[in-house]
Amino acid sequence: MSETAHADAHEHHDHRPTGWKRWVYSTNHKDIGTMYLALAMIGAIVGTAASMAIRVELHEPGVQFITDFQFYNVLVTAHGFIMVFFVVMPALIGGFGNWFIPLMIGTPDMAFPRMNNISFWLLPAALILLVIAGLIDGGPGTGWTVYPPLANADFHPGMAVDFGILSLHLAGASSILGAINFITTIVNMRAPGMTFHRMPLFIWAMLLTAILLLLAIPVLAGALTMLLTDRNFDTAFFSPAGGGDPLLWQHLFWFFGHPEVYIMIIPAFGVISEIVSTFSKKPIFGYLGMAYAMAAIGVVGFIVWAHHMYTVGFNVETRAYFTLATMVIAVPTGVKIFSWLATMWGGSIKFDTPMLFAMGFIFLFVVGGVTGVTLANAGADQAFHDTYFVVAHFHYVLSVAAIFAMYAGFYYWIGKMSGKQYPEGMARLQFWVTFIGVNILFFPQHFAGMAGMPRRIPDYPDAYAGWNMISSWGAYITAVGAILFFVVLWKTLTSKETVAANQWGTGANTLEWTVASPAPFHTHEQTPAIGTQPAAIGTQPAE
Amino acid sequence: MANEAAKTHPWHVPEPSPWPIIGTIAGFIMAVGGIWFMHDGPIYLFGVGVLILIYTFYGWWRQVVLEANTAGAHSEQVKIGLRYGFIFFIVSEIMFFFAFFWAFFHSSLPILNNVAQAWPPEGIELIPASGVPLLNTLILLSSSATVTVAHHAILDDNRSKAIMWTWITAILGAVFLFFQAEEYIDATFKLSDGIYPSTFYLATGFHGFHVFVGTCFLAVCAMRLQKGHFKPDHHIGFEAAAWYWHFVDVVWIFLFVNVYIWGSSSFGHVAAG
Repeated sequence: MSETAHADAHEHHDHRPTGWKRWVYSTNHKDIGTMYLALAMIGAIVGTAASMAIRVELHEPGVQFITDFQFYNVLVTAHGFIMVFFVVMPALIGGFGNWFIPLMIGTPDMAFPRMNNISFWLLPAALILLVIAGLIDGGPGTGWTVYPPLANADFHPGMAVDFGILSLHLAGASSILGAINFITTIVNMRAPGMTFHRMPLFIWAMLLTAILLLLAIPVLAGALTMLLTDRNFDTAFFSPAGGGDPLLWQHLFWFFGHPEVYIMIIPAFGVISEIVSTFSKKPIFGYLGMAYAMAAIGVVGFIVWAHHMYTVGFNVETRAYFTLATMVIAVPTGVKIFSWLATMWGGSIKFDTPMLFAMGFIFLFVVGGVTGVTLANAGADQAFHDTYFVVAHFHYVLSVAAIFAMYAGFYYWIGKMSGKQYPEGMARLQFWVTFIGVNILFFPQHFAGMAGMPRRIPDYPDAYAGWNMISSWGAYITAVGAILFFVVLWKTLTSKETVAANQWGTGANTLEWTVASPAPFHTHEQTPAIGTQPAAIGTQPAE
Repeated sequence: MANEAAKTHPWHVPEPSPWPIIGTIAGFIMAVGGIWFMHDGPIYLFGVGVLILIYTFYGWWRQVVLEANTAGAHSEQVKIGLRYGFIFFIVSEIMFFFAFFWAFFHSSLPILNNVAQAWPPEGIELIPASGVPLLNTLILLSSSATVTVAHHAILDDNRSKAIMWTWITAILGAVFLFFQAEEYIDATFKLSDGIYPSTFYLATGFHGFHVFVGTCFLAVCAMRLQKGHFKPDHHIGFEAAAWYWHFVDVVWIFLFVNVYIWGSSSFGHVAAG
């Protein structure tokens, strides 16, 4: 194979290291992407374990096995932090982004490969700090929102919350450096001919996600620093006794937090756009509209934060503004949903596993989007705030839709990453088990929430018993789906069946399908030539 | 794919490097050591982390300088990427200060805050803006001019002039820090005296830290100039230092106008009344 000769010729001056140094000292976007994916899987096991403990505890009214309610709160906190910062972000951004940005824009690596490496390694360090936080001084029972005064030294006097804060500082540094790297790579290193309006939508998604990270994460860093000094150096940012205001934390947190939820879902949009186009054998419908819809979602995402705070006592004008701004987001989101449907319309659709997960994503995201419009109403939210209705809403859009995009991306690209064919039948079974499981898990939570069941409680009145038991059974089914995924992963990596460079055929026309499978250690050493059509129509490089 | 091995791209893919993992270890030790210190432990573990971090900076950036000087790794396209990267870093820094300005305005403007008290709060003895803060404003603004003089000297290939004006800029940064330390020592309010000192010390303190970093950056640039590293068409390191310096300068203007002048004016009292 030409790739073998290619790799050999490079060995003299490339010093491709072996053993642990290959990974720990890595400056290779594929190896770093693989490490991100591995970290996300470890995070997923820990985060899922926490959620299973929660669902077991909530299986019936009364105390099942968690007698220490602080521990229940710690589980809720750990589940949220780990799923956001150590599963969804490393998988969709760090994993797929690192692997496929250079491959799809026709460049050999990221702009700053060494900085790419520290972006990754800061994450395991942050995860260790978070685990320490959960194990000492009773753990942080604050939820992932870390609201003072609960997060103050008065109510969490030990080191636990400080470890959580420092964990987020390291994870934030990782994200900021990664964002700088991603934006620079995409802006500066596209192969000649790939203009912004010819970039694949996955690249658009990564660019916009990185911009959101760059603008949102430092605000969290500032807020966390204030919380740290409030806790340890007697400042009064969030303490009314000293003239401060706990609402300042909520403003700063959600000014970061709302863009953060788009940071998790926009990469998913990118993955789904590629897959829907590939498996419909059609270019994406309304390419420019899709790209600018993501941009619009990103922009508006910065001016809606206070819809997380409707019940704090805002005046009516403030609530009217945030209701309006929040509902506006439904417009570009609708553009995306209908463009995916229009892409499929009249297409020659193949229902392979990536497409099943992509269609599952669209369905689940619409369900979560509809409840999102409901919650956007400041009036309605007076009743829904802090109930299981909110839990159901954000698990439909994030937990379920984002995880479906991760599964979809995995099945779509695992052939390119490993060179192996995943077992199609078992993969489809994994899709159906997961799809049924998550709907049984989260749909009943709407009803529990509408009936008034509050979030973050380890015990509840008997009236909520029915929906909670159904929800818990859904969680167990979803866990079976997750175990099935690891079986599929193991079977794929040990499989003898290899895949072609372009395993998906004519529908897959982005540049990563022009290199061998598995992708060689170095790719695009010769700058590929880009066709004159938009990426959405097909960027076949010159052979 | 073509089957010859020659690369045709202009990009720089560096060798595997130990510095990222060493930097990560530094960050981890600083985090654990910092928490230990904040919970009445000794500070030395935090200090160990800081030393490893400084070692990382030295080793990593030494590598970058070597690549810039000898290996020819920094092609024109790579230099554009380095500029982009630094600009985006400054953008993230701006958003960091954005948080502290938000805290300041939230705490001082009743329109944003239902529990706001009078601003400045009772019992706070203000630092007059027309004293040391005005002097420091003049110092920083002058230093923005001197760094530009140095930049033009580099562009004109006038090395001795560039060295002199870069050192002058760094010294102005050090003088600024000296006066800020004086201001802190003379201030009658402590960090723990409520919301005014909280916003004041964290906003001006983080700015001061950035002046310190920028001063170090400029000093390194001055030394690199003395070693002849910078050419009229090849001085990304200096450009980055100058941009950083202007950023620090602009943050100070906002601090001076808002925290020192507006924040201590009677306007705040009227609005709160």
